[in-house]
Amino acid sequence: MEHITDKFNVEALVYKYRYPLGAGFLLLLLALPYLGLSQYVMRIIIMIGIYTMLALGLNILTGYTGLVSLGHSGFFAIGAYVTAILMLKLQFNFITSVLAAILITGICGFLLGLPTLRLTGTYLSIVTLGFAEIVKMIIMNWEPVTNGTLGLRNIPRPTFLGFSLTLANNGMYYLMLLLLLIITAFCITIQKSKLGRALHAIKENELAASMMGIYTARYKILAFILSAVITGLAGGYYATLVSYIDHNSFTFDVSVLILSIVILGGMGTIRGMYFGAVILIVFPEIARPLMEWRFVVYGLVLIFMMRFRPQGILGWRSALPFQIPAEKEAGQKRSGKHGISRG
Amino acid sequence: MAFLEVKNISIQFGGLTAVGGLDFKVEEGQVVSIIGPNGAGKTTIFNILTGIYQPQEGEIYFQGERIDGIAPQKIVMAGIARTFQNIRLFPDMRVIENVLVGTHIQTKYKLLDGFLRTRRFRKEESEKIQFAVKLLKEVGLSGRINDYADNLPYGEQRKLEIARAIATGAKLLLLDEPAAGMNPKESEELRQFILQLKKQGYTILLIEHDMNVVMNLSDYIYVVDYGKKIAEGLPQEIQGNKQVAAAYLGESEVEL
Ligand SMILES: Nc1ncnc2c1ncn2[C@@H]1O[C@H](COP(=O)(O)OP(=O)(O)O)[C@@H](O)[C@H]1O
Ligand SMILES: [Mg+2]
Repeated sequence: MEHITDKFNVEALVYKYRYPLGAGFLLLLLALPYLGLSQYVMRIIIMIGIYTMLALGLNILTGYTGLVSLGHSGFFAIGAYVTAILMLKLQFNFITSVLAAILITGICGFLLGLPTLRLTGTYLSIVTLGFAEIVKMIIMNWEPVTNGTLGLRNIPRPTFLGFSLTLANNGMYYLMLLLLLIITAFCITIQKSKLGRALHAIKENELAASMMGIYTARYKILAFILSAVITGLAGGYYATLVSYIDHNSFTFDVSVLILSIVILGGMGTIRGMYFGAVILIVFPEIARPLMEWRFVVYGLVLIFMMRFRPQGILGWRSALPFQIPAEKEAGQKRSGKHGISRG
Repeated sequence: MAFLEVKNISIQFGGLTAVGGLDFKVEEGQVVSIIGPNGAGKTTIFNILTGIYQPQEGEIYFQGERIDGIAPQKIVMAGIARTFQNIRLFPDMRVIENVLVGTHIQTKYKLLDGFLRTRRFRKEESEKIQFAVKLLKEVGLSGRINDYADNLPYGEQRKLEIARAIATGAKLLLLDEPAAGMNPKESEELRQFILQLKKQGYTILLIEHDMNVVMNLSDYIYVVDYGKKIAEGLPQEIQGNKQVAAAYLGESEVEL
């Protein structure tokens, strides 16, 4: 049993103290704005939050289901543009705009999911890449709505009960935190439910999954939709954060960055998305002179990881025992109509 | 009408007739075996029964309902589950998770139940986990619950595949060469296990080369070669059949 290694102890410890650790981490996140960090640092932290959301979104597709997308900047852009356009042109409030953005990115996720059902691997990635390019083309050319290459300016900040969220009053930070926590809870739920198991089964062996009664096509489309929705939500937040967006905000580099976080952190894990986002957002900041080489570094990181640690830095198999609930909680009724355990 | 009734099914792969005009039936509660040399079309029969391939001709009835041409998922829901000749587990999932995937169609809660952690979600998850634990105990894998499927030795992987098929709630199990790669001790254990399944009311359609397993277990045997039925009968009838022996000539590993 090679997986019982020294990390077992760390993992066991973390698991044992998960409630105090979780509470401590949450408290730290809540207290962060009061630790005297500069605006610049707070901005980086918010960017980490956004990219964690994006990675969590892509993770559903790539980490759980095994479908690699190189086009998530497309969903990010749609979420941002729909939110911005509704807020600017129709004076919708933030929540309504973001809900609309979620709806539309969800529909786009569905539509992109359809043709990709027959595709796997590289072909799928190419189609998703094409999707992001089409989104960019539409943004650049649909001037009456998107303002073309000039982009959209003065996107308002969200207001709640007349109170405007800004960077200065930390409202934007707490909004990010709220969204991040909701998305994280959502992802944990997926992982720990029959949906997560079905997606994982599809990734592991699609034919065997369908022999278990899993409608693999539907689940793959669902993975696309959920992934798109989370990415669109992050986009909506991003639009009001930066208050100016144009087609250059959503380039291929963004898709690659999101994918790099997922791979570096550890596909299919949640911890890995946080970790990967911290590394890949902080890195270019502390290595400013390298800025132009950022893209090269991401490429190298990806290749290196694929070759030497394909499961990602935090992508180990858990050595903790599977959590089996106490018998009494199960109730009297037996599951599996015809289970051998009946006998 | 029999529990499973297959009438005149045929399938061709670009000129090659993998299965041609095949009839057979399986009565409820029986163990029925399909034997024949490699390439005879046995696995293809399973692929047709489970909806992976559509037969180009013929009809299939399961419990009186016609099932040919319907989606594989619907066939599982109707109560037919299978294992694979070349094991297809979910390697990067734990043993218990493999079985839990098997309970997929028995699990009714919605995603929202999970998000709100409703009683229904907790109860059903808990039930399925208990069920999986119990099932794994019965197949002799209780010490392996936490292991990842690809860390199991071959024989245990085969057992896990059977457990996963059972977990779907199926009444008819299609086992494709479950004893392949097993040593005599393991295959004897497997024979006992299949017998136990039969006693519990499962109906089993078995493809197997291990004649100890086939002859001691089967209520009825069909012999196929080149996609056609060349003989059928009780084990003792098949054992003495010249045509069957001829079909196997050259396949030295098989002793009738
Ligand atoms: N998908 C397929 N495409 C082409 N030929 C196939 C396909 N599936 C099976 N065959 C052919 O059908 C024949 C029967 O195969 P199979 O059912 O696997 O035999 P068995 O399980 O009895 O060893 C073989 O000649 C095999 O090559
Ligand atoms: Mg075969």
